[in-house]
Amino acid sequence: MLTGEEVLEKLVSQTTVEIRNPNGLHLRPAMQFVDLASQFDCEISVSNGQITVDGKSIMQMSTLVATYGTRLQVRAEGPDAEKAVETLRDLMETSPFGEPPEGKA
Amino acid sequence: MEIKKGIAVSPGVSIGKSLIVDSEDYRIPRREIESSQRILEIQRVRNAFRDAVEELNQLEAGQGQAGSKQIRDIFAVHMRFLRDRSLRRRITDVIHAESVTAEYAVSTVLREIAAHFTDVKDAYISERAADIYDIERRLLRQLLGTKREDILHLREEVVVVARELSPMQTAGFNRDYVKGMATDAGGRTSHTAIVARSLGIPAVVALEDLTEVVRGGDLVIIDGNRGIVIVNPDEETIRQYEVYSREFVALEHKLDGIREKPSVTRDGVRVRLLGNIEFPDEAQVVLQKGGEGVGLYRTEFLYLNRPTEPVEQEQYEAYAETVRVFKDKPVIIRTFDLGADKYTQSRRVAPEPNPFLGLRSIRFCLQNLTMFKTQLRAILRASVLGPVKIMFPLITNIQELMQAKMILHDVMEDLDEEGIAYNRDLDVGIMVETPSAALTASTLARDADFFSIGTNDLTQYTLAVDRGNELVSTLYSAADPAVLRLIRTVIQDAHKTQIDVSVCGETASEPEYVMLLLGLGIRTLSLTPPMIPEIKQVIRSVTIEDCNHLAREVLAMNSERQISGYLRSAARKILPEAF
Repeated sequence: MLTGEEVLEKLVSQTTVEIRNPNGLHLRPAMQFVDLASQFDCEISVSNGQITVDGKSIMQMSTLVATYGTRLQVRAEGPDAEKAVETLRDLMETSPFGEPPEGKA
Repeated sequence: MEIKKGIAVSPGVSIGKSLIVDSEDYRIPRREIESSQRILEIQRVRNAFRDAVEELNQLEAGQGQAGSKQIRDIFAVHMRFLRDRSLRRRITDVIHAESVTAEYAVSTVLREIAAHFTDVKDAYISERAADIYDIERRLLRQLLGTKREDILHLREEVVVVARELSPMQTAGFNRDYVKGMATDAGGRTSHTAIVARSLGIPAVVALEDLTEVVRGGDLVIIDGNRGIVIVNPDEETIRQYEVYSREFVALEHKLDGIREKPSVTRDGVRVRLLGNIEFPDEAQVVLQKGGEGVGLYRTEFLYLNRPTEPVEQEQYEAYAETVRVFKDKPVIIRTFDLGADKYTQSRRVAPEPNPFLGLRSIRFCLQNLTMFKTQLRAILRASVLGPVKIMFPLITNIQELMQAKMILHDVMEDLDEEGIAYNRDLDVGIMVETPSAALTASTLARDADFFSIGTNDLTQYTLAVDRGNELVSTLYSAADPAVLRLIRTVIQDAHKTQIDVSVCGETASEPEYVMLLLGLGIRTLSLTPPMIPEIKQVIRSVTIEDCNHLAREVLAMNSERQISGYLRSAARKILPEAF
C-alpha cells in the first residue's frame, strides 16, 4: 500500500502561475503552450479556478481566455509529470511566451 | 403552411422542392435533420476538417517563406484548431444530440468559443474572436463548397432558397432544374433579381427570415407576380396555384405574339429594343423575344465559378459565338465590371472597406493591364464577325476614358504587327453611371461614340444608397428628381454632340419609366430579354406626344413620391392592361 502511494505521488505534479505577458494568453501563446504540452506523455490540465481544461487542446485552452494577471493552475499526471510542469512554468513565467514585457504585440 | 410576403422581382409562378443555399458570409440558421441522417452529417464534418487541413497546407506551401511571421502564426493557429480532436468531437456531439445540420453545428460551436473572447474586457483578447470566426468560415467553406458542387449536378427540379445569392453562386445554376428563387435579403435590383429575370424564372426577395422557416426538401410555391412565398402549402392552395400558373403562361404566349410586329409608337416613332445578356446562351432568348441586338453584354461570367483566369481563346470563342448569333445586328460588349460585389473581393487578402467606392470595374482593369489587354484582344478579334462595339463601364472622368482608349490602340497595334484582322473603326462608348460622368457628359461625348446610361449605379451613387441594403433600400429610386436631372443632362449632351444614347439599367424594363425615358429623348432601350415583348407592347400603345408631355410634367416636380405616383397613374391611364 505504502509503495503504491509513493508511486502515485511521483506521477502527479502541479503548480500555479500568473500570466505575465501584457496581451494575456491569446491564441499564439496558447498554441505555444499546447505544442509544448503535447510533447509530454502525461495528461495535462489547466484550471483558472472556474473551469478546468485539457492543456493539449487549443480549443479548450482558448476558452480560458486568461488575461494579464490571471492565475492558472497547471496539473500534470503521468510518468513525466514533473518535467512537464517545470517546462510549462518556464514558458509562462521565466520567458513569458517570448513576448516583450510591455507594449502590445 | 406558412405564407411569407416579400418583393416580387421576376414574374411567374413555380412550385417545387426547396434547395437551401447557405453562405459562409451569413449566420447559418438552425435546421433539424432526420436522426438517420446524423451519421452522414458527422461524416461531412470529418471531411470538412480533413479538406480544410489540406487547403491550409497548400496555402502555406504556396506562401513559402515569403509571408510575414504574423501570417504564418495565423496559419499555425488555424492548423492547431483543425487538428484538435476535442473541437471536432464537440461539433459531432452537437449533431448527435440535437439532430442538426453539419453547417449549423460547426457554426454554433465555433461561435460559442468566440463568445468566450468577446465577453472579456481586455480589447486585445476580445479581438481574437475574429480569428475564431475565420476558422468557422474556413470549415463552412468546405461544407458549402461541396454543396455548391451538388448544385452543378442537379437531377431534379428545385426552387432555390438563400439568405442572398452571389454572382459566384448563380453562375453555377442549371436552368433546366432551377425553377425559382427566393431570398431573405435583396431588392428590386439585387443580383438575384437580375439573374432570375434574365433566366425567365420567378423570384421573390426581401423575405427577411425565409431561410429559417424552410427546411431543405420542403415544398415551396414562389409567386413572382404577387411577391408571395408559401412554405408547405395545403392541397387546396397547390390546386389554385396550378390553375393560376397555367393562366399566366397563356398570357405570356399572347405577348410573344407581338414579336414580329415593329417597335414603333402610335405616332410612328421607332424605338430600338436591345437585350442585356450575361451568358452566351441568352443570345437566343433575345432573338426569340424580338430583340434587335445586344445593348449590354456582361462579360464577368467568364471569371465566375472558376479558379483560373480565362485565356484569350476562351474569351474569343464566347464573344464570337454571340456575335455570330446576331449576324448583322449590333452587339455591345462591356469590358469586365469586376470588383465591388463581384469576384475580386473574395480573392483579396484584405477586403476593401468600401468596395463600391473602391477598386472596381474600369479602375480594376486599368490596374490589371495584362488582364484588360487580353480581353480587348479577344473582343477585337471577334469584331470582324459582325457589328461589335466596345463599352467601358464606370467611367468617372475623361482621363480614364483616354487611358482606356490608349490601351485599346496599343492592342490594335499589336494585332497589326501580328497580322491579325479586326475592325479598326469599331465604336467605342461608355456607360454613364456615375454623377461625375453625367455632369461632364458634354466633355466625354467628344471622345465617346455612344453613351449607355446605367440607371442602377447612377441611382445608387447619386442618392448614396446601397440598393441591396434593406434598411435604406426604400430610398433607392430612379424617380428621384436628382437622378432624373442627371439623365436629362446626359441625353441633351449626347444629342448636342450627335452621338447615340441608350438606357441599359433596370428602368428600361419598367413600363412607367419607359414613357418618361421616351419623353426625355431616348430612342434605344436595352433590357432583360424576357421583358422585351411587354415593353414593346408599351411602346406600341403610346404616342411620343404623350411621353413628351409626361416628361415635362415630371421635370417640374420636386419630390420622388410625387413623381413615382404621377408615373404610375399616367401609365395606368395609357396602358390599363399592363397593370
